[in-house]
Amino acid sequence: MLSTVLVIVPLAAIFIYLIFKGASSLNMDFFTKTPAPVGETGGGMANAIVGSITLLGLASLIGVPVGIGGGVFLAEFGRGTKLAYAVRFTADVLNGVPSIVMGLAAYALIVVPQHHFSAFAGGVALGIMMIPTICRTTEEMLLMVPHSVREAALGLGVPNWRSVLSITVKTASPGIITGCMLAFARVAGETAPLIFTALGNDFWSTSLNQPIAALPLQIWIYAQSPYDDWHRLAWAGSLVLIILIVLAVSLVRFVTSRGVLKGAS
Amino acid sequence: MGVGIEVTNLNAWYGANHTLQDINLNIPANHATALIGPSGCGKSTFVRCLNRMHETNPIARVTGSVRMGDLDIYHDASPVEVRRRVGMVFQRPNPFPTMSIYDNVSAGLKLNGYSNRHSLDEVVEKSLKNSALWDEVKDDLKKKSGASLSGGQQQRLCIARALAVDPEVLLMDEPASALDPVSTSKIEDLIFQLKSQYTIVIVTHNMQQAARVAEKTGFFLNGRMVEFDSTHKIFTNPSDKRTEDYITGRFG
Repeated sequence: MLSTVLVIVPLAAIFIYLIFKGASSLNMDFFTKTPAPVGETGGGMANAIVGSITLLGLASLIGVPVGIGGGVFLAEFGRGTKLAYAVRFTADVLNGVPSIVMGLAAYALIVVPQHHFSAFAGGVALGIMMIPTICRTTEEMLLMVPHSVREAALGLGVPNWRSVLSITVKTASPGIITGCMLAFARVAGETAPLIFTALGNDFWSTSLNQPIAALPLQIWIYAQSPYDDWHRLAWAGSLVLIILIVLAVSLVRFVTSRGVLKGAS
Repeated sequence: MGVGIEVTNLNAWYGANHTLQDINLNIPANHATALIGPSGCGKSTFVRCLNRMHETNPIARVTGSVRMGDLDIYHDASPVEVRRRVGMVFQRPNPFPTMSIYDNVSAGLKLNGYSNRHSLDEVVEKSLKNSALWDEVKDDLKKKSGASLSGGQQQRLCIARALAVDPEVLLMDEPASALDPVSTSKIEDLIFQLKSQYTIVIVTHNMQQAARVAEKTGFFLNGRMVEFDSTHKIFTNPSDKRTEDYITGRFG
């Protein structure tokens, strides 16, 4: 009981405080306009919202398949091999790499050769950050699938690779999806890896080849500005960021829970 | 229709552990054959050699020959092909937990690339009728998950799943040991009906069960097959002293 309260209180406190501080600045302009020039009031974060969605979409395109693929390899095909040991070790180290370092790596590997900041570089940095979490949760979840279920599939004359993809991964999919959501929610709020990569942008841009705005970046810039108006927008941006994450997680949960039967674990 | 199984000089190992030693026997087609013996005597290993599940364990090894009809399963076919012809029912019911009843039964066909919807319906119905589960589940085929059934129903679902791929041989590794007496007798009735169409090999700890369902019985002890004969002979007048001791409950 106490631990339930201890878990809920911080989340509720943050959420209530954000609503208290940010809700009053939420209006149509916030969702439809780009930032106003310094000295003018008004303006919104429409470009940052779209930018965040773009960056997270690109990051998921990279992080989810690579992460799940790695996890499947670790749990099913590479068990006991040196390569699996190396992959697992790398994933664990990657998980511990500070996010600013991840940004620097993407800067050195993508931004410097291309001679410009880009949404692409930001998406790659975030995508790489998603890999270790997804990889390790996928592995753990697959290892939790009972041996008897694998035997049942093999006993039907199903080839091993098919049994892994259609039975084991499917059985573990609720846990794997949770892993993906955790990774997604984590990088959705990341600012540091975007500073040297996506850079931020005060104007509309949806090109992957151009610098792009992102909610966390915009919040970071506004929060350290001297203007009260920008502070209010930063609070509103934080609220929107949290709501977006909750929406995305709920949407995925809803879509993936349809078709999975009641009574199935 | 079932095929006979001819086992010659079968030896099996787990690592350095020689679990099966020089097994020779002929299992007749379209009959039920029971394998009895104390725990750890190698009877489960033996049935797992008949569908090449034994070798899914990386430290396992096997030598000798197993012929099913014209097919030498260790030389003429891949493990996957063998397992399509030899169905297996395990000790604990193991339906696929995230699948509906319908999907569980059709899994073997679907995963082997067979997807004609209309005949899938027919196969599912026929298999569930063959496993005496149809009347209990026909209204919830796609609504209920396989895991939501009772233990005995789950085991009959697993039998239906094995029958759906139309095997020639059905291996049952203590199929009723995790079930209550009512479910057990349903499984036994089922074996009785199925043996006209399939060659059935059943491992059991329960000697009355062997006596009730099987025409032939083999007695295993310490990795060797001590005696193989008609069930009646094994239980009334065994040739080997060790078999008699086991049957009469002097050990095991």
